[in-house]
Amino acid sequence: MTAPEVKPRDVLLSVENVSLSFGGVKAISGVSFDIRKGEIRAIIGPNGAGKTSMLNVINGFYQPQKGTITFKGEPRTKMRPHDAATGGIARTFQNVALFRGMSALDNIMAGRSLKMNKNLFWQLLRYGPAMKEEVAHRRHVEDIIDFLKIQEIRRTPVARLPYGLQKRVELGRALAMEPELLLLDEPMAGMNLEEKEDMSRFILDVNDHYGTTIALIEHDMGVVMDLSDRVVVLDHGLKIADGTPAEVMKNQNVIDAYLGVAH
Amino acid sequence: MALAFDAAAKADTFPKLLRRNAHLYGSRPSMRHKDLGIWQTWTWAEVEELVRAYATGLSRAGLNRGETMAIVGSNRPKIYWSVMAAQMLGAVPVPVYADAVAEELSFVLAHADVRFAAVEDQEQIDKIQSVLERLPKLELMFYDEPRGLRDYDHARLRSMEDVIADGRKALADDPKLGAWLDAEIDATQGADPSIILYTSGTTGTSKGVMLSGERSIKAATDTVVFDKLTEKDVALAYLPIAWVGDHYLNYAQGLVAAFCTACPESADTATSDLREIGPSFYFAPPRTLEALLTRVMIRMEDASAFKRKLFHYFIGVARQYGERLLNGESVPLKGRLLYWLGNILIYAPLKNVLGFSRVRVAYTAGEAIGPDLFAYYRSIGLNFKQLYGQTEAFLYVTAQPDGEIYSDTVGPACPNVDIRIAENGEVLFKSPGQFTGYFKDPVKTAEAMTPDGYVMTGDAGYFDEKTGHLKIIDRAKDVGRLNDGTMFPPKYIENKLKFFPDIREAVAYGDKHDFVTVMLNIDLTAVSSWAERNNVSYGSYQELAGHPDVYAMMEEHIAEVNRSMAEDKMMAGNQIKRFLVLHKELDADDGELTRTQKVRRSFVAERYAALINGLYDGSTAADISTEVTFEDGRKGTLAARVNIQDMQTVPVGTVGKAA
Repeated sequence: MTAPEVKPRDVLLSVENVSLSFGGVKAISGVSFDIRKGEIRAIIGPNGAGKTSMLNVINGFYQPQKGTITFKGEPRTKMRPHDAATGGIARTFQNVALFRGMSALDNIMAGRSLKMNKNLFWQLLRYGPAMKEEVAHRRHVEDIIDFLKIQEIRRTPVARLPYGLQKRVELGRALAMEPELLLLDEPMAGMNLEEKEDMSRFILDVNDHYGTTIALIEHDMGVVMDLSDRVVVLDHGLKIADGTPAEVMKNQNVIDAYLGVAH
Repeated sequence: MALAFDAAAKADTFPKLLRRNAHLYGSRPSMRHKDLGIWQTWTWAEVEELVRAYATGLSRAGLNRGETMAIVGSNRPKIYWSVMAAQMLGAVPVPVYADAVAEELSFVLAHADVRFAAVEDQEQIDKIQSVLERLPKLELMFYDEPRGLRDYDHARLRSMEDVIADGRKALADDPKLGAWLDAEIDATQGADPSIILYTSGTTGTSKGVMLSGERSIKAATDTVVFDKLTEKDVALAYLPIAWVGDHYLNYAQGLVAAFCTACPESADTATSDLREIGPSFYFAPPRTLEALLTRVMIRMEDASAFKRKLFHYFIGVARQYGERLLNGESVPLKGRLLYWLGNILIYAPLKNVLGFSRVRVAYTAGEAIGPDLFAYYRSIGLNFKQLYGQTEAFLYVTAQPDGEIYSDTVGPACPNVDIRIAENGEVLFKSPGQFTGYFKDPVKTAEAMTPDGYVMTGDAGYFDEKTGHLKIIDRAKDVGRLNDGTMFPPKYIENKLKFFPDIREAVAYGDKHDFVTVMLNIDLTAVSSWAERNNVSYGSYQELAGHPDVYAMMEEHIAEVNRSMAEDKMMAGNQIKRFLVLHKELDADDGELTRTQKVRRSFVAERYAALINGLYDGSTAADISTEVTFEDGRKGTLAARVNIQDMQTVPVGTVGKAA
């Protein structure tokens, strides 16, 4: 397991002074934090704190009105989801977003599409170099299937799978992109204890095995404290704490926010 | 090397057999395993090379002749090769159930004095490390699957891959080492313990059953001949390697007959792997067969009306003629034609989907099988047979020969097996594969044997007059008496109930009571599908189990059992008067079942004492709070109020009392 004490590592992504509002609603106001290479970084906070908005900003889905995001040393004010994906950011969603009629295997293969170079013509022919490429990709996908232990559902349409497994397939699809930064939006939401423990193990294994940097949003405090190296706490769009799980737990602002002291 | 390869009898240990197989069947497949979605194959020659390298590596790591090595994992090639490699050095492998909790694992590892353990993955390593302070002798663990282990302290860990590579390099560097290994193989003695299999412990703490190489091979040779198994056969190894059945059917018979053993991709893919492999030799406990049939029936309920009609019509045809055809009895031409048509339309495709198309010999054993269930598989043309055996016999005591198949017998004695029935009804046997003793326990060994060398099975049974086959009714010590003196064999009653697909488990009580009561476990697959079709909504297992409609359904089943028992003079007094449906599934993790999924009756009686009191004191409901163990070993409590229902019993004119 990763040591909770982090030695200063290279910063992979930094968020500086970012603000985002929808009309009059201020979702995020002036938040700054960074994500270091190889760590598991949690973003927590009560409902409506702006966690998912933050993830959407990192991922390029929302454009912040103010502030900058630096990814791998390059500042970006405008970053579209496609840029994020090609740049090495993959994500999963709070509500599962898979191709429901497709098998688990095909869903994960879809995650490889950005890595496929041969043009549509060759791919349609399924011949020669395109075939070779597909075999290589399939091998990578089979590694992921093995890694996530979902061999038995390889050919099952995902709509038929229970929720916990759908979440795992979604993680598989994100992994297929070989991301440098993996964003997980409430990976444990709606899971039972056993599924949560499985998922926690997979998140740690991904971090360990592939060396992927992970930023996750999670409600389950126990999970967050166990998994993450560092935690940033948001409340009403403001950053109220940032540090190791132990530090954050002791922080009075955090306790107030979670226990619902009047704001 | 001049070796008498033709004389199989010369090979009195498994390493010698491996050498014979590599010589005779070098290019034939020995092992298959599905990895990353593709079936990988190893020939006997490749396996020999691998195991020789592995054994050399193990020897260099410190494993010596006569020592034990624990084997913990599922059916994977390297796990089987760990068994072979240890045996090659004259060491004794000790397989442990892969799903054993840390407590059970530490008992076996400590009792067997293991210095080394070959384990599958991180999960097993975590379990062993959690009890390491109780295993002072354990020095090294060899693992197959490296995932998640990178940050572990490797002082006590080495990958099997490294051990094999190390051995291979040593063998290549030093030509003398090969000759040394040959001498090691020659030095293995048929009379030495070849493996120690720990019993699953239906009766308390498990005991280490020692089996010798020559006896194992002799027993396996008998059944290989009996069932005409050859190197062209294929078996799918999906049962726990620590269970005598797997060690016998796949490992011992595999080496004797040189057939190919296929390992599934993972435990959950066994059904689809079965279809892809199409084994010719197949073993399944009744439980598995029942689950398969339940799944087929549920899927058929969802099929179109036409297909459903067609299916049920031809299953009816099969019921009428199938078994008779299989037994070679005379069948009218119309029946033959209909069966032929049914085979094209239904049976063959069904067998294909289930992976049974190429099955030539199939066995079931472990518990009583429902006559309907058994007839069903046989009627569609599968040559399922029953056998009776136990770990101490190295599996086989009796087996049904082709053409003499009955659902309520287990067949005549196997070749070279001698059976005797004791005065109290207990079955005693002498068999070629019989164990040499319990490891480090001469007292228990002596207790399990009669003075003249027969092994006591602990099962009550008798030879059927009509067929001459053995019939097993219950554990000898479980047969009790009601207060009025009626003989009460609980398992007989439970089995009758369990033949209903809705009932997963039943526990009957009655010994030293006035009447018989039962606790039931619903079968979640069957009952939830029923609930879906009948618009019964429920939020949890507990709620479904306690649903009034479910109780009504159970009442019908029990009424039917009561009717059938009323017809039997011996059993009429055993009609069920009260019952309840348990709020949770009986589980091996909670100690309620053994690892082979048998109910531990006395433990269950203790744990659910409050419910049993309720069954006998006339109340209509009882409260129960039980501790449950989660898969990671943590504990929680589960509280519930369980309803108890009365049953009508069928009046019997003259209640027969078997006093």
